[in-house]
Amino acid sequence: MTTIGRPARRGEQHVSQARVVRSEWTKLRTLPSAAWCSLSTVALVAGVGIAYAMLRVARPPADPAMFDATSVSLAGVQLAQFATGVLGVLFISGEYATGSIRVSLAAVPTRLPMLVGKAVTLGLSALVLCVPAVLATFVAGRTILSTHHLAAGLGDPGVLRAVLGSALFLAAVSLLGLGLGALIRNSAGGISALFGLLFAPQLVLGLLPEPVSDRVYRYLPTPAGAAVGKVHPDPLSLAPWAGLGLFCLYTAMVLGLAAWQLRRRDA
Amino acid sequence: MIEVRQLTKRYGGTLAVDGLSFTVRPGVVTGFLGPNGAGKSTTMRLILGLDAPTGGSVLVNGAPYRQHRAPLREVGALLDARSTHPGRSAYHHLLALAQTAGIRRSRVHEVIEAVGLSGVAHRRAGKFSLGMSQRLGIASALLGDPRTVILDEPLNGLDTEGIRWVRALLQRLAAEGRTVFVSSHLMNEMAVTAQHLIVIGGGRLIADLGMAEFLRSRGRAVVRVRTTHPDALAARLGGPDVDVSFGPHEVLTVSGLTTDQIGTAAAAAGITLLELTAQQASLEEAFIDLTQDAVEYRASNAGASS
Repeated sequence: MTTIGRPARRGEQHVSQARVVRSEWTKLRTLPSAAWCSLSTVALVAGVGIAYAMLRVARPPADPAMFDATSVSLAGVQLAQFATGVLGVLFISGEYATGSIRVSLAAVPTRLPMLVGKAVTLGLSALVLCVPAVLATFVAGRTILSTHHLAAGLGDPGVLRAVLGSALFLAAVSLLGLGLGALIRNSAGGISALFGLLFAPQLVLGLLPEPVSDRVYRYLPTPAGAAVGKVHPDPLSLAPWAGLGLFCLYTAMVLGLAAWQLRRRDA
Repeated sequence: MIEVRQLTKRYGGTLAVDGLSFTVRPGVVTGFLGPNGAGKSTTMRLILGLDAPTGGSVLVNGAPYRQHRAPLREVGALLDARSTHPGRSAYHHLLALAQTAGIRRSRVHEVIEAVGLSGVAHRRAGKFSLGMSQRLGIASALLGDPRTVILDEPLNGLDTEGIRWVRALLQRLAAEGRTVFVSSHLMNEMAVTAQHLIVIGGGRLIADLGMAEFLRSRGRAVVRVRTTHPDALAARLGGPDVDVSFGPHEVLTVSGLTTDQIGTAAAAAGITLLELTAQQASLEEAFIDLTQDAVEYRASNAGASS
């Protein structure tokens, strides 16, 4: 049998944030659901965007000046947000479901570096996945729309911001999912909370009188985050970066709450 | 070294651990014994800082676990063999754990080899049998070459060969000067594994003593002897507290003497022994007696207060 002990060397094996990030990257890339969620994200961004662009070519707008070619190509982002969000939830709720969270927290007893490690890994991975996906979809959409001279170029005002901002938005949704998963510690519960947060406020708002709903709508999570993907200013939306900033603020609040609970609660 | 002081844990209305104090010393295998639901796993979670105590404190190697900067170097733990992601391979599970402490990949391969999982290291952990999962859990406990090893029911689901292997491993870890703390709900298992015993029941300490002392003090050890001359042997086995009873097929049941003493006495008298067995069942009975007292005590207390 192989030897198990080795001479003790003190001072080694300290936990550091960089080491925990590396560990979380190993976990993320070996998580079966990560592959599925990534595939869904790309498929939704590209599939819906291209399909919608083709549809608009078949049914051209009455007033091409009012046509937001960029947001047509990026239509899939509104669906892909659920795929990245679910990935965020599963990245941590899976550890609670399998009990491996105890192994993780015993290895990182101060706990917060684990959540930070997950957030950094997930956020960066989502960007690396979404920036090319969104960019490629925009280019494909432009190619389709340009046959009817409806296309916008990347150099046009606000277009590059809308394209990259949409990728940032998708990454932010994954972090929102991570926060909800960490807070609720259950896959089904976390996913429900994610859908609820992204969908339900708009539905509830629809029941209110229009003057009120028109004023409040822009501050809801999904409309706020979606503002960054619009090139033509929308009177009901916040300014692009303000909207994304507000969405990130919501995400930060959920993650902060999750971090506080993680420190406090029994694992 | 694990120092548990007045440790208490309450979950809602249930008192899972109730004023528990004991010390686990390095160099010997310490068995942590108690019936299911006695609070063993809770105590282990409290030691690892996974749950926060309602009262009291635990020090591991001189400090609260959360304060150790190199936790895997201090404590290697196996709490639940099934606590791996079923879709991840054994290798990646261990690699992710190792990376938190900057432990090299070669060490991951080393522990996989040491627990005999080399052939299945890249298979999904969800496909593992309970025995293989136990081995994976033990591998993760050994990863950081820890000074203290904490294993919750490591023998569950292992076959005979596996049980023997874990026993030898625990002895070796203790001989290397490590603190080895192993829980079980089976007395027989612990009797041949541990040198020291901590017994709890209903969250309270029932006994904290050496295994030899436990066997002596409980005095219920029974030896089954089969011999060609039962009467002649029985006549030779005298002494205070010694009780010999005759069974069918030339079998004697002896209490109050060890197998060593009986064997020696038989040899001195030139009597042939056909069988000489320490009866484990009596150990289990002693343990049940011990823990039942505690359970009844609690039950009667609860009855009195209501």
